Amino acid sequence: MKVQGLTIQENNMGLLSDPNRRRALISMLTRLNAPICVVCYMAGVAWFMGLAFEPFTLRTYMSENAMGSTMVEERFPAGERALATGREFAAHKKKVGGMPVDWLVKTMQSQGLEVFTQRFSRTLPFPDENKERYVVEGTNVYGILRAPRAPRTEALVLSAPCSPGNNNNQAVGLLLGLSQYFRNQIYWAKDIIFLVNEHDLIGMQAWLEGYHHTNTTGMDWSPLQGRGGSIQAALSLELSSDVITSLDLVLEGLNGQLPNLDLANLFYAFCQKIGVLCTIQGKLQRDDWDTASGYSHAVQTMMLMVLKQASGRPWGDHGLFLRYHIEAASIKGINSFRQYKTDATTIGRLLEGMFRKLNNLLERLHQSYFFYLMPSLSRFVSIGYYMPAFGLLAVILLLRALDLWVQLSALPSRTEDGIADIEQSGPGVLSVLTPLVISHLTGVALYTLPIRSQEMAVEHFPVFETEAVVLTAIAIYTAGLALPHNTHRLVSGEGTEQGWRVLKLVAVLYLAVLLGCTALINFSLGFILALTLVPLAAFITPHVPKLLSALFMVLLSPGCTLFFSIFFFQELQETPVNLQEGWVLFLSVISQGILDHSLYGSLVYPLVALLVYPCWLLFWNILFWK
Amino acid sequence: MAAPLTLLLVVAVTIRAALFRSSLADLIAERVEVVSPLNAWKRVVEGLALLDLGISPYSGDVFHETPLIIYLFHFLVDYAEITFMVSRKFVSSFRKQKYALEADRYPLDCLELIRSPKEMYYIPLKVAMFYLLNPFTILSCVAKSTCGLNNAVIALFILCTIKGSALLSAIFLALATYQSVYPLTLFAPALLYLLQRLYIPVNIRRPSFWWYTLQYAFMYLGSLFVIICLSFFLLGTWDFLPSVYGFILSVPDLTPNIGLFWYFFAEMFEHFRLFFLCVFQINVFFYTIPLSIKLKEHPVFLIFMQLAVISIFKSYPTVGDIALYLAFLPVWSHLYRFLRNVFLVSCVLLACSALFPVLWHLWIYAGSANSNFYYAITLLFNVAQILLVSDYFYAYLRREYHLTHGLYLKRKDGSEATLVLK
Repeated sequence: MKVQGLTIQENNMGLLSDPNRRRALISMLTRLNAPICVVCYMAGVAWFMGLAFEPFTLRTYMSENAMGSTMVEERFPAGERALATGREFAAHKKKVGGMPVDWLVKTMQSQGLEVFTQRFSRTLPFPDENKERYVVEGTNVYGILRAPRAPRTEALVLSAPCSPGNNNNQAVGLLLGLSQYFRNQIYWAKDIIFLVNEHDLIGMQAWLEGYHHTNTTGMDWSPLQGRGGSIQAALSLELSSDVITSLDLVLEGLNGQLPNLDLANLFYAFCQKIGVLCTIQGKLQRDDWDTASGYSHAVQTMMLMVLKQASGRPWGDHGLFLRYHIEAASIKGINSFRQYKTDATTIGRLLEGMFRKLNNLLERLHQSYFFYLMPSLSRFVSIGYYMPAFGLLAVILLLRALDLWVQLSALPSRTEDGIADIEQSGPGVLSVLTPLVISHLTGVALYTLPIRSQEMAVEHFPVFETEAVVLTAIAIYTAGLALPHNTHRLVSGEGTEQGWRVLKLVAVLYLAVLLGCTALINFSLGFILALTLVPLAAFITPHVPKLLSALFMVLLSPGCTLFFSIFFFQELQETPVNLQEGWVLFLSVISQGILDHSLYGSLVYPLVALLVYPCWLLFWNILFWK
Repeated sequence: MAAPLTLLLVVAVTIRAALFRSSLADLIAERVEVVSPLNAWKRVVEGLALLDLGISPYSGDVFHETPLIIYLFHFLVDYAEITFMVSRKFVSSFRKQKYALEADRYPLDCLELIRSPKEMYYIPLKVAMFYLLNPFTILSCVAKSTCGLNNAVIALFILCTIKGSALLSAIFLALATYQSVYPLTLFAPALLYLLQRLYIPVNIRRPSFWWYTLQYAFMYLGSLFVIICLSFFLLGTWDFLPSVYGFILSVPDLTPNIGLFWYFFAEMFEHFRLFFLCVFQINVFFYTIPLSIKLKEHPVFLIFMQLAVISIFKSYPTVGDIALYLAFLPVWSHLYRFLRNVFLVSCVLLACSALFPVLWHLWIYAGSANSNFYYAITLLFNVAQILLVSDYFYAYLRREYHLTHGLYLKRKDGSEATLVLK
């Protein structure tokens, strides 16, 4: 019987078009919803923990041909001389009481580099208590070694920060030693820029903005007088002692961005070749992956990377390069109590080797992975392996949304078209819209008020600016809990059964999209948020026990997640803190987050304030639905 | 009726004005999802500047708008923002009238499937709301994309058609075609509707059918001819033909957008280009024939289907085009009970809209993803749209089936039957 392309009969055309199968599938998904969700959650966590298990990871390998097969020799001889230069630099630094600009310019010029300086100044939105700075003024000095072998269209950067106190003098010394040595070689095909930046990341930000003619953060800097080609790769060096025991590689950049994995491979390959101990997250790699302690070591290394990446802040001076498509990493010299020491000549040779390989690049590093986690320096987990862990968590949200959808369409008022539908839709829309608007306004307040109202807070309360900002943020965050859950009644009277279901459907889908997007940009942040927010989103209804659930929700809120993460991070770094210190650290982390946002454009603070927190408030609202 | 509509307009205009003044406007105007090389405001400004300097705006590869648009803006350039807002207002208010008129059409149907008059009463308001408060429309308005004007012309065409004014309908259809070629396919539904209004049966043996078709075609082609000649006399050269229509049909600009063309043609070997160009372009026009045969009794639904097909398969689609056919969805709210994939489709559309900027960021700014990521989302977005449209098509046919056969079907042996699309 065929009428207008429709036939009455059963057939098997596939899941989407066969109504019987659809019905069966949907009824199964709604009936078994809770168990499937629990299984998915546990599977997601188990998958994630499994990522650190060595048989499940891949061994790193060099993908870039230009860096793989070509042999280079390292001949840098002048480590001692570099250290002497470093001491000279330290003496001048002490004399000037800051960056010895004139001395650096003179030294670099005597080596035959083209030397330029850049002045910059920046007033922070509020004083930074960790680094004790408020009005920052400084100078960057950089020298360009022009490539003798090729048109000067590409460049590499070696940078060392000029830090206060006695830090990093050796790094500047080694940088100057390398520049002198590099100047005499004829094989350079890319300009090499030697940069000494003052005030660490602020100076770096000024220099990069000047180099690329952008101004994203409203900083004042003088334009650069000299430029090399487009920068292909950059290494940032931190070295505070004459000899070291190991070198630590830092990859995490702004907003959790990572450099191409080939850069890490390059570092690892040279450490192996030259025989330097190398670490990532300060952890050596171990061979005993099949023992419990070996596995837990790998998990710790990976968790440190996840936590650092999730914080979204640059963990070294290299972090800002990544925003400009420049692959960059920081190399930190660590001097511990081990017997085996490495001298400056060896580090110099290592850097020379890395630069010579980078010099051979024919195109930007792009062959290897950009999305990865590293349980050790020689092992990595790529996006295809770690995304399922997040996917298993995200699918819970979709299942809950499907369940709610089925419940909503089963309610009688929805299925009948006609008058009932119209009358329902009026308050229905309002009862969803009101909490949405109010929680987002709270989010906007959390985002804007702390910095705006610091002066007022300082006037009326006995606190410093930094404390004022942080405490205002915490106050607004807490006030948000009291505010919105009563408001919908003012507008729409009594909340209905259907009302909270619609609101929850919206909130669950909102959370799913939000977490999905976050996980794509910064997997670690997305995963940590999913780990805490998904169970809460899955079980909250107005009918669960109020007090217990409220406690549970507060414990799983984004703010508390941050608090626990700090303790966990300190534990992993083997510097555990007690509650008092943890609280102080918590306050300073919040102020750092706000500063990172206004100084470098880190997105974690606005993300949490404007999107994640309002989304959490929606669930809070559902819990207190009346 | 008037009060909520006014309120709606005030809200919609306020949102747009607020966004215009905010720093977001520049950001939105750069988004590839919102503006295409055809309708970017930046390019219109460039064309205006060239015109002022006495250079043909089409000499270069920047400007691809039609000559009438540029002259229109030539006089309005200072008030451009207001113009955009006004055009939005036109769209909505005409929509409103259109559906007030259309409301008379349906109560012929019986059973519990017909819409109650009260519900009909709200439809124009709902349509206006769907269009004016749709984030896609807001974005494309804030980006000052000329897509808003195209939508206005098409809306006017639909209004005139439904009012039964053949001449005005033909003129607006000609204008829409002149703007972007593709509305050509709306000729068939418009003709079918006008025939239906005059009770002329669609029968190729009847001379009255042919006579009316010829009349309408003459009006359409005549006004198209007049408009094109007018452009020629204004500009004094035929430059605009290759620069506008050649640009639309041969797709030389492969800037990523939400359509299907860019990735495919960027990847293809040059000697296959012409062949696939034909295949892709015929794709847009081809559906007119089967759809017109199938839906010859329901030209208004056919217009909706055609608009959706155009906005999915056109060469430079933007979110503004999608907003146009999404605004029709409240008209088909009586099909809601027969829809099968609403949840799936709305989830996918929602997720894709959020993922577009994220993957763009990863590809262009962070450099860690690549074009495949972005294209995957484009593909998913279009699949979801196709699923949406075919779902509505299915629901429409199924409703028709139930109207003739009763709502609760029994099989021959008396058990309850299910309907399956084959």
